[in-house]
Amino acid sequence: MSWARAGRPISRRARARRLTDMTNTDLRLDSRSLEARLRRAPAPTDRLERARAALATRAATTGLVDVAFARHASPLGTLIVGVTPRGVVRVGLPSEDEDAVLDELARRISPRVLASPAGALGRARRQLDEYFAGRRRRFELPLDWQLAQGFRRAVLRATARIPYGRTASYREVAARAGSPAASRAAGSALANNPLPLLVPCHRVLPSSGALGGYRGGADAKARLLALEGAR
Amino acid sequence: MVAAGSGLPPFERVVEDHGPALLRFCTAEIGPERADDCFQETLLAALRAYEGLRDPRATRAWLFSIAARKAVDLHRERARSPRPDPDLEALGAVGAAPEPDPALWSRVRSLPPKQRQAVTLRYQADLSHREIARVLGISEAAARRNVFEALARLREELRR
Repeated sequence: MSWARAGRPISRRARARRLTDMTNTDLRLDSRSLEARLRRAPAPTDRLERARAALATRAATTGLVDVAFARHASPLGTLIVGVTPRGVVRVGLPSEDEDAVLDELARRISPRVLASPAGALGRARRQLDEYFAGRRRRFELPLDWQLAQGFRRAVLRATARIPYGRTASYREVAARAGSPAASRAAGSALANNPLPLLVPCHRVLPSSGALGGYRGGADAKARLLALEGAR
Repeated sequence: MVAAGSGLPPFERVVEDHGPALLRFCTAEIGPERADDCFQETLLAALRAYEGLRDPRATRAWLFSIAARKAVDLHRERARSPRPDPDLEALGAVGAAPEPDPALWSRVRSLPPKQRQAVTLRYQADLSHREIARVLGISEAAARRNVFEALARLREELRR
């Protein structure tokens, strides 16, 4: 705000004050330093993190959050795990942009997407840790399949049955999903797998014997297969 | 559940983008010891009402409208309870961080409500006069006038 801005109605009281103030030569400096003082933040930044953590805890108990997510450190990098009341709905690999993952959840499920409280999603996080430590061969978690429909979902369900340390070809997965000729569509379903790791699309390889593509990058696919002793 | 395809960004982004200004606003409005309540209650109410937000570009004014109402409620509660010494109060309750400029903020909190809110929205939440007008349900000219009067009054009081 400044005196110079014109066209603003000023009350008689304010005008009187303005005239008084005009006689004060320190006015401009004074006004600026007051504004500077008012702009200074009274809230130290560390309080923001605490306030956000408390919000996450309170929001979780209200039932207002449709998708809660947590960031989880893994040997591949930071994963994003999204859950709905029905189960894990999305695992974001480190190669994916976090904003894009959250945008997708907002667009396709509900914009009520919020970070989960610390310590939440414990079961999913523990099982992921065990898997990466080589101590878990299958995940026992409720899954929410809503981000995959129709044939794509059938492909993912077939993929979920490939045992630890084994691989299958795109054609085999397509056949198990009910359409032996649809290996290309199966590849597309796997490339868009919303639940990588939990639905082990890294276990599906081209019949040529090559490594094939992976949402998380070929390197991550090779590491996962090596972890499982599959290649 | 909010309908998918509403075009709204994930609510987490509202917290990310506006949380810092919101906590500053709450602290300035009702003091550091109650600011967390104001922050959480505003965002819970916003989460509940999120589907009512028609235009994501108006998120900031919408959020601060809720915050201004929550702050008024908490301000009233505070006014009803016995008033502690403002200087002692500014030092903060147990666990609350002290403010850097207690003398100024205790004066801001004694301003008439519209002026107080206009000044905190302007300087702590960095809202434009147009956004302040939307939040307070007044004209843009009235928003400017409230900021202006508040500054004049604060200058006068601080000079004493």
